[in-house]
Amino acid sequence: KFSHLKSYFESTDSPEHFLQNTKYNAGDADVFLSTKMAAPLTLLFIVAITIRAVLFRSSLADLITERVEVVSPLNAWKRVVEGLALLDLGVSPYAGDVFHETPLMIYFFHFVIDYAEIVFMVSAVCIVFLLQFRKQKYALEGDRYPLDCLELIRTPREMLYIPLKVAMFYLLNPFTILSCVAKSTCGLNNAVIALFILSTIKGSALMSAIFLALATYQSIYPLTLFAPALLYLLQRLYIPVNWRRPSFWLFTTQYVFMYLGSLAVMVCLSFFLLNSWDFLTSVYGFILSVPDLTPNIGLFWYFFAEMFEHFRLFFICVFQINVFFYTIPLSIKLKEHPVFLIFMQIAIISIFKSYPTVGDIALYMAFLPAWNHLYRFLRNIFLVSVVLLACSALFPVLWHLWIYAGSANSNFYYAITLLFNVAQILLVSDYFYAYLRREHHLTHGLYLKRKDGSEATLVLK
Amino acid sequence: MGLLSDPNRRRALTNLLTRLNAPICVVCYLAGVMWFMGLAFEPFTLRTYMSENAMGSTMVEEHFPAGERALATGREFAAHKKKVGGMPVNWLVKTMESRGLEVFTQSFTRKLPFPDENKERYLVRGTNVYGILRAPRASRTEALVLTAPCSQGNANNQAVGLLLGLAQYFRSQVYWAKDIIFLVNEHDLIGMQAWLEGYHHTNTTGGDWSPLHGRGGSIQASLSLELSSDVITSLDLVLEGLNGQLPNLDLANLFHAFCQKIGVLCTIQGKLQRNDWESTSGYSHSAQTMMLMVLKQASGRPWGDHGLFLRYHIEAATIRGINSFRQYKTDTTTIGRLLEGMYRKLNNLLERLHQSYFFYLMPSLTRFVSIGYYMPAFGLLAVILLLRALDLWVQLGASAPGTEDGLAEREQSPSSPGVLSILTPVVISHMTGVALYCLPVMSQEMAVQHFPVSETEAVVLTAIAIYTAGLALPHNTHRLLQGEGTEHGWRVLKLVALLYLAVLLGCTALINFSLGFILALSLVPIAAFITPHTHKPLSAAIMVLLSPGCTLLYCVLIFQELQETPVSLQDGWMLFLSVISQGILDHSLYGSLVYPLLALLIYPCWLLLWNILFWK
Repeated sequence: KFSHLKSYFESTDSPEHFLQNTKYNAGDADVFLSTKMAAPLTLLFIVAITIRAVLFRSSLADLITERVEVVSPLNAWKRVVEGLALLDLGVSPYAGDVFHETPLMIYFFHFVIDYAEIVFMVSAVCIVFLLQFRKQKYALEGDRYPLDCLELIRTPREMLYIPLKVAMFYLLNPFTILSCVAKSTCGLNNAVIALFILSTIKGSALMSAIFLALATYQSIYPLTLFAPALLYLLQRLYIPVNWRRPSFWLFTTQYVFMYLGSLAVMVCLSFFLLNSWDFLTSVYGFILSVPDLTPNIGLFWYFFAEMFEHFRLFFICVFQINVFFYTIPLSIKLKEHPVFLIFMQIAIISIFKSYPTVGDIALYMAFLPAWNHLYRFLRNIFLVSVVLLACSALFPVLWHLWIYAGSANSNFYYAITLLFNVAQILLVSDYFYAYLRREHHLTHGLYLKRKDGSEATLVLK
Repeated sequence: MGLLSDPNRRRALTNLLTRLNAPICVVCYLAGVMWFMGLAFEPFTLRTYMSENAMGSTMVEEHFPAGERALATGREFAAHKKKVGGMPVNWLVKTMESRGLEVFTQSFTRKLPFPDENKERYLVRGTNVYGILRAPRASRTEALVLTAPCSQGNANNQAVGLLLGLAQYFRSQVYWAKDIIFLVNEHDLIGMQAWLEGYHHTNTTGGDWSPLHGRGGSIQASLSLELSSDVITSLDLVLEGLNGQLPNLDLANLFHAFCQKIGVLCTIQGKLQRNDWESTSGYSHSAQTMMLMVLKQASGRPWGDHGLFLRYHIEAATIRGINSFRQYKTDTTTIGRLLEGMYRKLNNLLERLHQSYFFYLMPSLTRFVSIGYYMPAFGLLAVILLLRALDLWVQLGASAPGTEDGLAEREQSPSSPGVLSILTPVVISHMTGVALYCLPVMSQEMAVQHFPVSETEAVVLTAIAIYTAGLALPHNTHRLLQGEGTEHGWRVLKLVALLYLAVLLGCTALINFSLGFILALSLVPIAAFITPHTHKPLSAAIMVLLSPGCTLLYCVLIFQELQETPVSLQDGWMLFLSVISQGILDHSLYGSLVYPLLALLIYPCWLLLWNILFWK
């Protein structure tokens, strides 16, 4: 059972040394990684970029740009172009109620408008590079656990494939490709979140706070990533989460100040760039109050299209709190595992946000290979993947029947949206369950016995 | 959620499903077929009723008097048509103008990808003439259309005559709240396509036509009239449009209601309504009517000039006059009154027809089967694919030693070679599909140079050749790559193929139920039970017999049988060839999706299954 493990250890000079290296020194692992993974990764990048370049040039690009599943009112390229045009005319880009990007974003595009396609392709590739360094340190603390759990612990060889798999999952995911070809700015937001994750994992509190602030500035919701980032940094500095320790408070205050400070800088910078506070209502007001009910893959549009006007405020609050609320119980439950918490939070954001697109889903799906050691504990993965697959195929079909053929109606489309989201929720909760169960087995042994000696099974109730 | 989270109950359920998988599948298949056949049984169907309030409760009186004069105009039109040798544009313009319409013409040119031997045309030039009667009673934001084709030979002269007669009569009435457009289109659907694309400022199929200079409001409904004799015995209603789209059921109800009121015999699929549903012959009559509708809908082609309107969200139908040997004849005045009544009711519409059903099958003109009733028939077939996929998934999980529920020892080998061995057949099958889609039309010139065949034959025969060549090609590929396929390999490939087919058929059935159902009928059995371990020659024979191409041949033969014009196998084969060429033409002329669907998706999927059979 352990033969490959042993041979692996024997191949290095000293197994302990190797373990130490992988555990604490991510840099060595990177070198190790880059030598062995360079060829397949390069091939993958070439394939991914070719697909995108071909699609950009094909007639499909126009079609994809119009799909409501791929672009939302927040991140549609058409709207960015409109905003830029207004800016060039010397009018506030928010004047027409079409443009809802942040001011920094529009100035960014102001400079790179001619190379937009390249920017989107580069950002997609960058995200992969950023996601590469995640999860190097993981569960090699073999001696701490009962012996029969060794098979639960990931071998270095399995770990070796993770970056490649993450890259494949992100770059070749049809959702990412569609999002990139549609030039949805969602890709750039994903890049910011990836930068945040990278800097957090590298342990740089300042960079982490800055990128978190940037992500929040872009779309509010990443605010919930504050908790896992803080937990991770505390864990890295060996500061226990304890209300009575001054060191805990000191670091928390530091991080909060760094975060709020950079957020304030960005908001003020935006103000000085445009010389007005219009962007606050146009961007954040637009995200929070959901005035645009164009159908998308989220849960908001149908519900609020049907809503009586005087209940609207109440239900907006309920729906929006939904995104933020899960942070508290999840942070308490997963306070030892902030990286998994980041994954959960990103997934929850992409399910419950007001204008979700497939690009958001692609981001958390890229994390899935990092949890492939949980695969054996997943219960509904077959059902969930079939449902996700079928729904993705049915979206355009029902859209066609509703909008073009006129024979179906919005209920058909919403039914699929609902199913799609239920499948996503099942997927995430399944991973959550699997993670908790693995933790349970790690401490209690893999083969559980009842008191009378018969085999026991774990039941989630 | 209890079922999904309790491992014991889950295990019990999966055990049940795996142990009884084959019997459940057989039962589902039989139940699906029975359900479908039951749809034609009258007690199981619903009676049609008018849902639209604006058309249901209001009374109209019909006064159209001028049937004889319309026939005279028709004869005049015929004489002018003969003299000019095509569409008598000048005469039509003059006549329409004299009836007080705003008249415009549109010319169009269309080069077919290859000659159409059925209608003997290749380079098509023509002109559409249309006149607009402006609504006196409302702001001209909405319009109704009445069309009659200017066909070759002596067909449909009476239709044009009646159209002009109605135009003159409608002009004298004051109650019109919608513009009424009278259109005479040349070269049937090609002219109709040109006119509709001109009207809506689109160009989806790359034709060449002049823009329209006059335009009414947004078109709410449209009727096409086909009338080739002075008196008729019955009127036939044609509903099936492009890609199997159907107009709102209220349009059929409206037609039926007026036929009842005026006392005209009306048919659907050329079959009269019968009242003896208890008898076997009564049931088989309505089953035949429904099967005809299913076959027509599955073909995805427009069965009348109305077919292209449906794409623009315009409810449309074709009314076809039939003159058979019955005693009881109806004259043109009566048909004129019927159309007048229908247009007056449509004129009352406050919004587009939307109240009634869009997804339905009709076993007779007074009975319909809605989507909720016919979808289970398809669902029972589709669930077989999912059950088999589940079974395979469990087998794949169990092939690794250990128990289930997470406590199994997982295979440690990385799965990348497995993925590659799946990817190769998938890619190669799809490449064959792309070849089947592109090559026939692209390589026709070369084929004509080297073989003694006409262009049309070249296209059809190339398609059949590629189709057959595909059978020989893919099953050798993974051996070249890997030496030997594994037991694990074909299971994964079959899982992929099953899910792919299930999603594909599901989507097809939503857009075009009939097509999805027919494909499911033939593909589900082979998809469910194909393995490399079955008796090879027998399984191969069954697979070929149930392949999409052969299914098409059966459909052609059954269609002829149901239309009471049975053909010999020889003629059936010729008809099959012409159906293929028509399918390709429909795709390139009007954007029908059946040919690309079959070539690019269904055929590759079938090739995957073929690949599994020869997995070594």
